[in-house]
Amino acid sequence: MTAKTKVDKVLEGHKFAKRDKLIPILQEIQTADGYISKEAVSKVAQHLSVPASKIYGVATFYNQFRFKPLGKYHVTVCRGTACHVKGSLSALKIAEDALKIKAGDTTRDGLFSIGVVVCMGACGLAPVVNINGEFHAKITGTKMKNLIDTLKTSEKANAK
Amino acid sequence: MLNIEVNGRKITAKEGDTILQALTRAGIKVPTLCYLEGMLPSGACRMCVVEVAGAPSLIPSCSFPAAEGMKIKTNTPQVLEARKTIVELLLSNHPDDCLYCIRGGDCDLQRLAKENGVRHRVFRGARTKRAKDVSSPALVRDPEKCILCGKCVRVCEEVQGVSAIDFIQRGSNTFIGTAYNSGLNVSSCINCGQCVLVCPTGALAERSYVDEVLKALNTPGKTVVVQHAPAVSVSIAEEFNMKPGTDIDGKMVAGLRRVGFKKVFDTSFTADLTIMEEGSELVKRATGGGVLPMFTSCSPGWIKFVEQFYPELIPNLSTCKSPQQMMGALIKTFFAQREKINPADIISVSIMPCTAKKFEAARPELGRDYASDVDYVLTTRELAELFRVTGVDPSALEPETPDTPFGERSGAGKIFGASGGVMEAAIRSAYFLITGSELKDYNIQELRGMKGCKELRVKAGKIELGAAVVSSLGQARKLIEEIKAGRSDLQFIEVMTCPGGCINGGGQPLRANMDAIKARMSALHQIDKDAPLRVSHKNTQVKRLYEEFLGAPLSHKSHELLHTHYTKRDVLR
Repeated sequence: MTAKTKVDKVLEGHKFAKRDKLIPILQEIQTADGYISKEAVSKVAQHLSVPASKIYGVATFYNQFRFKPLGKYHVTVCRGTACHVKGSLSALKIAEDALKIKAGDTTRDGLFSIGVVVCMGACGLAPVVNINGEFHAKITGTKMKNLIDTLKTSEKANAK
Repeated sequence: MLNIEVNGRKITAKEGDTILQALTRAGIKVPTLCYLEGMLPSGACRMCVVEVAGAPSLIPSCSFPAAEGMKIKTNTPQVLEARKTIVELLLSNHPDDCLYCIRGGDCDLQRLAKENGVRHRVFRGARTKRAKDVSSPALVRDPEKCILCGKCVRVCEEVQGVSAIDFIQRGSNTFIGTAYNSGLNVSSCINCGQCVLVCPTGALAERSYVDEVLKALNTPGKTVVVQHAPAVSVSIAEEFNMKPGTDIDGKMVAGLRRVGFKKVFDTSFTADLTIMEEGSELVKRATGGGVLPMFTSCSPGWIKFVEQFYPELIPNLSTCKSPQQMMGALIKTFFAQREKINPADIISVSIMPCTAKKFEAARPELGRDYASDVDYVLTTRELAELFRVTGVDPSALEPETPDTPFGERSGAGKIFGASGGVMEAAIRSAYFLITGSELKDYNIQELRGMKGCKELRVKAGKIELGAAVVSSLGQARKLIEEIKAGRSDLQFIEVMTCPGGCINGGGQPLRANMDAIKARMSALHQIDKDAPLRVSHKNTQVKRLYEEFLGAPLSHKSHELLHTHYTKRDVLR
């Protein structure tokens, strides 16, 4: 239920908004909720009198929007030029294989999600990975695997 | 008048014409793909490019205004090469299975490839695998065959005001889909099939039940009966290379018998019955303080539209079932009793100009004993296929008449197929119901024609009614918004989902231009004009049905069999 009220709150801030406010509204919802839910699309559709298919079309056009809730640990892999040259693609692949999801997805247990950004502005430390706001520099395949494994084991320990 | 030169010849164009319009009027053919007659151009496909002297590059003729003194060339090597390349690029990730495609031999992309001399695959693009959407009972979408021309998106939005589909994602990942890429069955799609009519390829098609019907026809112990809608007989001729507007009613009935149907009924009969019920309902509402304005309920796309977009207007919908469902209900009750057949052994097929009727037939509230009243709905196109598969050529047959007890029809029942027809038929009979005398002139010209919204004030005795006729749901939405804003001079409103009515339904023969639609419409009015019986309340078989079975209009039995109720529908919209 909390997700719904968050969307409502965002819409309250845009009382007389027209369709040109669609992207700012979606951005605020994503900031509040972490993703764009079906309910959110439906509510925004009613609020702006824009068909849901159009909103989904606009939202999928931009890389910034997610359609699945964030995981407890959100792994962001930088895919900017410098990071790419330094091998961020293989880091991303290793993360995807380790978690058995693709970028943009969330694991079924809701623990991990993977995202991709174009540049984090820390090219000197390439390749860069960000997990829940914490930066990890000069990522190699092994480092990536270790990061995820550590998080997994600590979660398992906590679960017990 | 503008003077322009095309390929060295002088032609004139009207002020405000696009180059394409001027060329078409002068009889110069330019290939088009994303162009939609009567709508704003999108200029997406670049198929219609021409060379204009002085222009830095090729010009898309569909979206460029003609200007005085323009020098145009439509077939220079540069133009031809550009068009060919466009087709080659479109084909680069298009499946090669034309032999098995529903549109094989009848496909705009195939035709353009042929016309532009594409003889081999030049580009080999990566094919994107995308699953077919077979979730809808009415329509099938095959995104792999889609070339992203966007016509379906435009029709769904601009004509119908539904916008069930849109472009999803971007660049080479773009595809056309519903919100959250869910199935059409849970989307706001109203199954009207207008998108099928404009789709240039096999990406959109009706869900075919030809195989099921063939199987039913060959199942021992089953009585397979068929009904055909008013708008089918004036359009199916086009599938057999006859002129648009040719009526082959009798030949089609003969053909249906050759295919193996035991009984052939005319849905126009239940259209007459609808008028008796709906007319009585209108008089009752108007005199007894019922909910007004009353909307007609014959068009299943419109019904779903109200259920999901305007649930507050459900009380305004006539409770009458559509003619198809009335016929279905009568076949499995009255006809079954009369012929002493177990209703479970009757397979009821209907031939409709409509894809939404497939959805309607499957509505649980419109069946009985956990079975549908109408088992299979075939579109006009599917009937043509059924004829071809079984080797029946209707044009070669002697005309026959439909079967009793549901074979007689009035001209009023026949014009149900054209926008304004239900209203015209209703006024003819309501006038009689109220005043006891007949209208002087049965022809109500104000309600005819292709205009999206037609209005008329009718006086019958002491009652005066404001009547409106709208076709296409975009028009319906406009009128509803006016009513919600306080307009109160309308009491009876006919709504047809498709522009022009059933003659332009989503199940009708493809590639009909505006002239063909108009020809179909005037064919219906001609049939009405020539009909010996022109009003529903004089249909003797309808009268007999009331005497022997139903009692009177709006009787308990009528309510049980011929009326229904609708409920709010939740979709992602």
